[in-house]
Amino acid sequence: MRLLILGGNSDIALATARVFAREERADVVLASRDMEVLEKRAADIRLRYRVRAESVYFDACDYESHPAFYAGVTPKPDGVVLAFGTYAEQSDVGDDFEKGRQLIDTNFTGAVSILGIVASDFERRGHGFIIGIGSVAGLRGRQSNYLYGASKAGLGVYLAGLRNRLSKCGVHVMTVLPGFVRTKMTEALDLPGALTASPEDVAADIYRGFCKRKNTIYSKWFWRIIMGMIRVTPEPIFKRLTM
Amino acid sequence: MKLTAWGRYPQIKANGVTFETRAQLGRLLSSTDPVIPYGMGRSYGDSALNPKVILTNRFDKILGFDQKTGLLHVECGVTLADIIDIFLPRGWFLSVTPGTRFITVGGAISSDVHGKNHHKVGCFSRFVHYLELMLPSGDVLHCSPDENGDLFRATCGGMGLTGIILTAAIQLQPVRSGFIRETDIRCRNLEEAFHQFEANAASTYSVAWIDCLQRGGNIGRSILMLGEHADTGHLAPKFRTPLPMPITLPGLLLNRYSVAMFNRFYYRSYPNYVEDRLTPMEPFFYPLDRITAYGRMYGRHGFTQYQLALPKESSYEGLRTIMDRIAAEGIGSFLGVLKLLGPGNDNYLSFPLQGYTLALELKIEPRLFRVLDELDRIVLDHGGRLYLTKDVRMGRDMFIRGYPRWKEFESVREKYGLKSKLQSLQSERLGI
Repeated sequence: MRLLILGGNSDIALATARVFAREERADVVLASRDMEVLEKRAADIRLRYRVRAESVYFDACDYESHPAFYAGVTPKPDGVVLAFGTYAEQSDVGDDFEKGRQLIDTNFTGAVSILGIVASDFERRGHGFIIGIGSVAGLRGRQSNYLYGASKAGLGVYLAGLRNRLSKCGVHVMTVLPGFVRTKMTEALDLPGALTASPEDVAADIYRGFCKRKNTIYSKWFWRIIMGMIRVTPEPIFKRLTM
Repeated sequence: MKLTAWGRYPQIKANGVTFETRAQLGRLLSSTDPVIPYGMGRSYGDSALNPKVILTNRFDKILGFDQKTGLLHVECGVTLADIIDIFLPRGWFLSVTPGTRFITVGGAISSDVHGKNHHKVGCFSRFVHYLELMLPSGDVLHCSPDENGDLFRATCGGMGLTGIILTAAIQLQPVRSGFIRETDIRCRNLEEAFHQFEANAASTYSVAWIDCLQRGGNIGRSILMLGEHADTGHLAPKFRTPLPMPITLPGLLLNRYSVAMFNRFYYRSYPNYVEDRLTPMEPFFYPLDRITAYGRMYGRHGFTQYQLALPKESSYEGLRTIMDRIAAEGIGSFLGVLKLLGPGNDNYLSFPLQGYTLALELKIEPRLFRVLDELDRIVLDHGGRLYLTKDVRMGRDMFIRGYPRWKEFESVREKYGLKSKLQSLQSERLGI
């Protein structure tokens, strides 16, 4: 198996790459911007699991570069993990359109740009799988992070549409909805210990979901219950809550 | 974030920061607040606790491995569990391993951990060829017994107070199997246990579980477990994923009666003598790794471990006195471990010394620290010391008298400008 990981510098990406290298003996291609970290990670995976691991430059927001980037990945991957994304609290974004646009450009537009290219390749070959990392924050808008949530909600709908389209040709699309995860992206946040997963927990859930060909997984599993309750709260009540 | 260590006591509010490159760490160290590195949080007390900690979990890359010699070069955040998972199937195992595999290499060096083979091979540091240490200035020094030797001897066992260990080259040992040939011997009392330890000093691994609530003729009743690397059996026995301990049990469940009952059953669960039972490595080396956060069974106030070492000549007398005192106070220890130690090493704050070590796991309760203060005096009277990695309460006097080379440690801390930049709650308590 050959796995392309977009956003290879995220902590969930590294943990996922390690699980697939260990369990599937997968060769991995880590794609992101910080080449120093990326190459360190690739070298670590080579030594740990004796698989091929390489690092390539990829900028999610440089849409024009995406066709050439994907053309340069040879041989073509059997699976793609979309793991890039940025986070911002709503209080940091405010109504500043430029900041909001950066979030959407990365989390949504960047994903649409690169996954479109991947999808048409997989569709043509009738082979492959896509794992997209969304967020439980995208399931209902809350005042604390609704722009981030909106970008992930957009991604979630896009992935669902891809899944619908690609299921016809044997290409599987899985949506991953993590809750709180302790990563460098969330380092500044004060996360509740009992509800917070490690990147390794999420990677283990991703791999389990992949093996069972799940459509949507929550990580940790209890977010399915928490989000179920949040989603059924009637809007007249929900809008008054502070969340 | 809320931060605590293995004993779940104390719990503090702390700011934890991470890094993945040297440059990032350099920037973190340039701020003026004192810091301490924090790995897997498996030390029991407050040695890795501080209002600001540097988490090493993301600095966890394997940098090189020589399949011919077994020399492994890793970053400090790599865990012993990682090393076992990756290299045991290739025929290599840790030269020294403590009773848990969920610690980092940086932590193993900072505590200069010992294992069941200490009487034969010494501490973890003996298998560290060299380490790279980042000082608060951002300078990186290459340290080994021959190069920057003072810093090496201060860092091994130095509780993270000498800088951030970036990488280390450690020697693994070749093994033919992932199994151990285990021999168990029931010992009716301390005298018999001592006798058996000495008689089996040639065994590669030895450790005894000890029932600390026995008195009189049964004092020191124990089960001695010996082990040799097996030649048969495959190299990759499945290491089980730890089970979670999802809730904190009421502390009352562990009391002298329940512990006495447990000890009784545990002692009886072993036959008098079993020889060469083939056991996978995991239950032999890491029986307590089965349950994550098993400390929750001690209740919400947490627990600690009181681990002491006594020189050989005073061990028997000293241990008898201590166990008598514990049994009289009825502070039940669910887990008591006795081990014969080999000679100490050159590191300033390394714990083992030639003699015996006793480790007792104890629930935190109001009268505990008063009892431990009394035990401290017995330990000092017999020329012993306490293990800093387990400690959460000893005073400065106990530390200074137990570790006569503390002054050399201090002067290294002064020489390299470490005193104001690397601090833990423990170092403040001990005044170092």
